[in-house]
Amino acid sequence: MSLRAWTLGAAVVALAVAVALPFTLTNFRLFQFSQVYIYAIALLGLNILTGFNGQISLGHGAFYAVGAYTTAIMIDQWSVPYGWTIPVAGVICLVVGFLFGIPALRLEGLYLALATFALALAVPQILKYFEHWTGGSQGIVLSKPSAPWGLNLNPDQWLYFLTLALLVLLFVLAANLLRGRTGRAIVAIRDNAIAAQAMGVNTALYKSLTFGVSAAYTGVAGALSAVTVAYVAPDSFDVLRSITFLVGIVIGGLASISGAIFGALFIQFVPNWAQDISKAAPWAIYGVFLIVFMYAMPRGIVGSLRLAAARWLRRRAEPSAAAAGSRR
Amino acid sequence: MLRRSFLVTLVLALGPAVTTAPVLAQTPGVTATEIKIGNTNPYSGPASAYGTIGKALGAYFKKVNEEGGINGHKVNYISYDDAYSPPKAVEMVRKLVEQDQVAALFQTLGTPTNTAIHKYVNQQKIPHLFVATGATKWNDPKNFPWTMGWQPNYQTEGRIYASYIMKNIPDAKIGILYQNDDYGKDYRKGLLDGLGDAAKKMVVLEQTYEVTDPTIDSQIVNLKNSGANVFFNVTIPKFAVQAIKKAHDIGWKPTHFLNNVSSSLATVLKPAGLEASKALITALYMKEITDPQWKNDKGFQDWVAWMKKYYPEGALDDQANAFGYTVAQAMTQVLKQCGTDFSRENILKQAENLKNVEFPLLLPGIKVNTSATDHAPIEQEQLAKFDGERWVLFGEMLEAIRK
Repeated sequence: MSLRAWTLGAAVVALAVAVALPFTLTNFRLFQFSQVYIYAIALLGLNILTGFNGQISLGHGAFYAVGAYTTAIMIDQWSVPYGWTIPVAGVICLVVGFLFGIPALRLEGLYLALATFALALAVPQILKYFEHWTGGSQGIVLSKPSAPWGLNLNPDQWLYFLTLALLVLLFVLAANLLRGRTGRAIVAIRDNAIAAQAMGVNTALYKSLTFGVSAAYTGVAGALSAVTVAYVAPDSFDVLRSITFLVGIVIGGLASISGAIFGALFIQFVPNWAQDISKAAPWAIYGVFLIVFMYAMPRGIVGSLRLAAARWLRRRAEPSAAAAGSRR
Repeated sequence: MLRRSFLVTLVLALGPAVTTAPVLAQTPGVTATEIKIGNTNPYSGPASAYGTIGKALGAYFKKVNEEGGINGHKVNYISYDDAYSPPKAVEMVRKLVEQDQVAALFQTLGTPTNTAIHKYVNQQKIPHLFVATGATKWNDPKNFPWTMGWQPNYQTEGRIYASYIMKNIPDAKIGILYQNDDYGKDYRKGLLDGLGDAAKKMVVLEQTYEVTDPTIDSQIVNLKNSGANVFFNVTIPKFAVQAIKKAHDIGWKPTHFLNNVSSSLATVLKPAGLEASKALITALYMKEITDPQWKNDKGFQDWVAWMKKYYPEGALDDQANAFGYTVAQAMTQVLKQCGTDFSRENILKQAENLKNVEFPLLLPGIKVNTSATDHAPIEQEQLAKFDGERWVLFGEMLEAIRK
């Protein structure tokens, strides 16, 4: 069997397991897994920008916050059904991200990282400034939605399916985007911008667009987090959030779509484990985890899995050399 | 192959989750020998200095358990880190309620974090007792019958300063420095409400800072330049030290009201300089444990003995440890009053039934009272002036007047 067939089969099984989870897990665990899916969407957004396009962002917590507040304000001020607010949050973040991407064109590497970091620093304070809409530091309290269309699901199960469905949709969209012509252009810019331009890629447009798409993904994740947590406040979007996202994509695997899921599992569960191990110094334990991961899997979880898979397939192929032809 | 490993990882991650499908007991969190109490505290993150409260609570219940527990039940105190982050607080509180099945939540810390769980715990009907925040909204039994505050709220304290100013400093020109969040705004609102119409005339400048700011030096300079002769200092300890020092260094000598939050000798006044701290005025409801006047006080000595035995790694000069000790005594009192009925309904009922209870580390004369319509346990404070060595209490015990 080829790697592709294995991958496809495993994806189907993983999805089946994910769909079965709500009927075996407690609501609390479902809430945690909804968080994982939300993080995965945000991480995928950041990975499109940083992993595939090579632009480092330390400010994606800001887009996460903008998405969350878009949803919260629309529900709170204008009683818009939450379902409509999620795409709106995505579109607003797309526009904001695209606009931010234009000046960011002049900045490369670490300088861009600093500029985006400024965004992450500024947003919580800006949120407090527009107190009339954002509720200032008090934040906005929302109600948890119940399942629509008379579905026999409790709110946690419903939100789990909603986040899972959006995760799958957004992953498929990202896979299509990145595997095609656009994706090649995005990666070409990362690998060698001048060469890409020489081949006729409009680097400025592509870079800004990538920024926009990346922000849109993270914004949708933020919107979902507002709905599942049912509360937004500036304290939810501190600078650490942005850095956690970066940790997530590096641990999961840069420039890998499935890496976002592993990264999300890491940033959701490892801090909890660290806390179980030591209450006195959870961040020290977290740091040890990080270092061990980076040391053992320098290309992230997915990078290491790929390497292992390739080795395993090669070993399997060696005895029957005829099978080598079918390998991809 | 690639995704199969993913699956294996997923199954491994879920392993512990699947095995814990809890059976609903008659009274959640209570067995024949144990009662489960849940808590969240910021053991990491920007507010981690408060985390010592959560540890002190645990240490107090250790003492209770060693002495035989409460009506034959040991207290199983479970405390998780929420890093002062609202989403994390929601996650951890749901873990406490749905997975650990605690009988009650106790002393969950922080205004934004408690706001995030406020609706949830009331929908689930979980006693949400003695929350560790001075915001005003916890005393709202009509809309949130399961939530109860603890300390005097910030607005009350602000009003106490206002009435002092109105009475004693008629020509006051007030400069305010406050933290730009709920906590700061509550204090400010209390002061302005207390001043009433005089506020417009009296308040000459308001300055804010963010909790993430490195310094507040420029705000202090601005306040001095505004010509203010009264300084209402609403800052947490780190910034209170800076404010007191800076005001002293630039020779600004207003009547300086320092909020109770930063009244510690050890963490604020000493680092800022005792000379610079002279004549500060604050409002107190607890014995300031680093104040030498309580050295021979029985309540204080018991507390020190407890610290040494049950929480030796805790700092003896951190008021937060005395705070935790006292509020844990209140929780113990509630559970004792429960008799053998530790149902959530009865825990709430008993929490609403504290009558003139005194605690050794509260100022003499302060009595804790609650009822079904009064979810604000401590409502008295007394003004104190720093004489360079200790807080000297003056004036009468001030009752908070409800509005």
